[in-house]
Amino acid sequence: MGMAAAESQFHVLAVDDSVVDRKLIERLLKTSSYQVTTVDSGSKALQFLGLYEEEQQQQTNPPQTPCVSPNNHHQEVEVSLVITDYCMPGMTGYDLLKKIKESSSLRNIPVVIMSSENVPSRISRCLEEGAEEFFLKPVRQSDLNRLKPHIMKTKIKDQQNLEKLEESEETQFQSSPPTLPLQEHQQQQQQEQQPPSNNKRKAMEEGLSPDRTRPRYNGIATLV
Amino acid sequence: MEVGQMQRSLVDYTKSLFLEGVLDGQFLQLQQLQDETNPNFVAEVISLFFEDSQRLLNDLTRALDQPNVDFKIVDAHVHQLKGSSSSIGAQRVKNSCIPFRNFCEAQNIEGCVRCLQQVKQEYFLAKNKLETLFRLEQQIVAAGGSIPTMELSF
Repeated sequence: MGMAAAESQFHVLAVDDSVVDRKLIERLLKTSSYQVTTVDSGSKALQFLGLYEEEQQQQTNPPQTPCVSPNNHHQEVEVSLVITDYCMPGMTGYDLLKKIKESSSLRNIPVVIMSSENVPSRISRCLEEGAEEFFLKPVRQSDLNRLKPHIMKTKIKDQQNLEKLEESEETQFQSSPPTLPLQEHQQQQQQEQQPPSNNKRKAMEEGLSPDRTRPRYNGIATLV
Repeated sequence: MEVGQMQRSLVDYTKSLFLEGVLDGQFLQLQQLQDETNPNFVAEVISLFFEDSQRLLNDLTRALDQPNVDFKIVDAHVHQLKGSSSSIGAQRVKNSCIPFRNFCEAQNIEGCVRCLQQVKQEYFLAKNKLETLFRLEQQIVAAGGSIPTMELSF
């Protein structure tokens, strides 16, 4: 009950050129209470993630027209996981995986590859490139149970990054150096006592409630 | 026909499709994904499969009809057909794609043409049988009965 509610906040982007397989994976994911977007190609996936525009902008020098897409800084929907078919015309699932892992903004999104062919070299290549899992098709409900841990792991990592980001923003806004380390330290302490800042709250709304996330985060932090 | 009798004949008919190898366990997986929130899921997936397969079979016929057959393209179409037939549990269609891909790799046109005929035959067989299955289901629903759930015992 509680678990379903938490999962429904996670958004999965499913990529497959086969219309039949898109329908199937969408249903499988929805049955597991995920929110789902399906696209039929790797390039549409990158577009949805907001990467396509980012790249074009870098290539065009100087940028001609401002980006048309509303996605140019950030994807509108926060994608918790990408699950992609391996064998697709044009950009393969492996190419898509590499693009995601090469992008500083997308790198942390877990990627799962699906393939109908059991080719060991292919599987190890994908895992080496940073795929979290490799599912053989047809994908079954039991396979989907393996998605959750990867999403949770990323949530925790994202939160750590967000905190780091906040710290560095604070340093930028502060004027003079000598007292800085102390101030920073104090602020950090205050921060821990105060209610979370806007950024943090946003991240938490999209994930779990603060009181559930916090202990888990601490637990893992002490382990590391 | 009374509902009980219709339900029994649906069960028998479904069993025969498994015994003949027309369907495999993946079809039961589809049925398990169908519930009150998605009462037509299986029929929707199967109809997507029909449309997609028909397109692929047309593309394959055309590709093998070219003076210079591009075996890469042929193989890509067969790969897709194999994938989608496997996803809905159309076992015999899926199996007929295996030798087809081997002939693609060997660049054997005659072999490919023969395999295309075989795949078409299996596809139309599966299509007819699945349409019959859905018709039986609709008759039961129309008569006020419920669709008996299949056991996973075979």
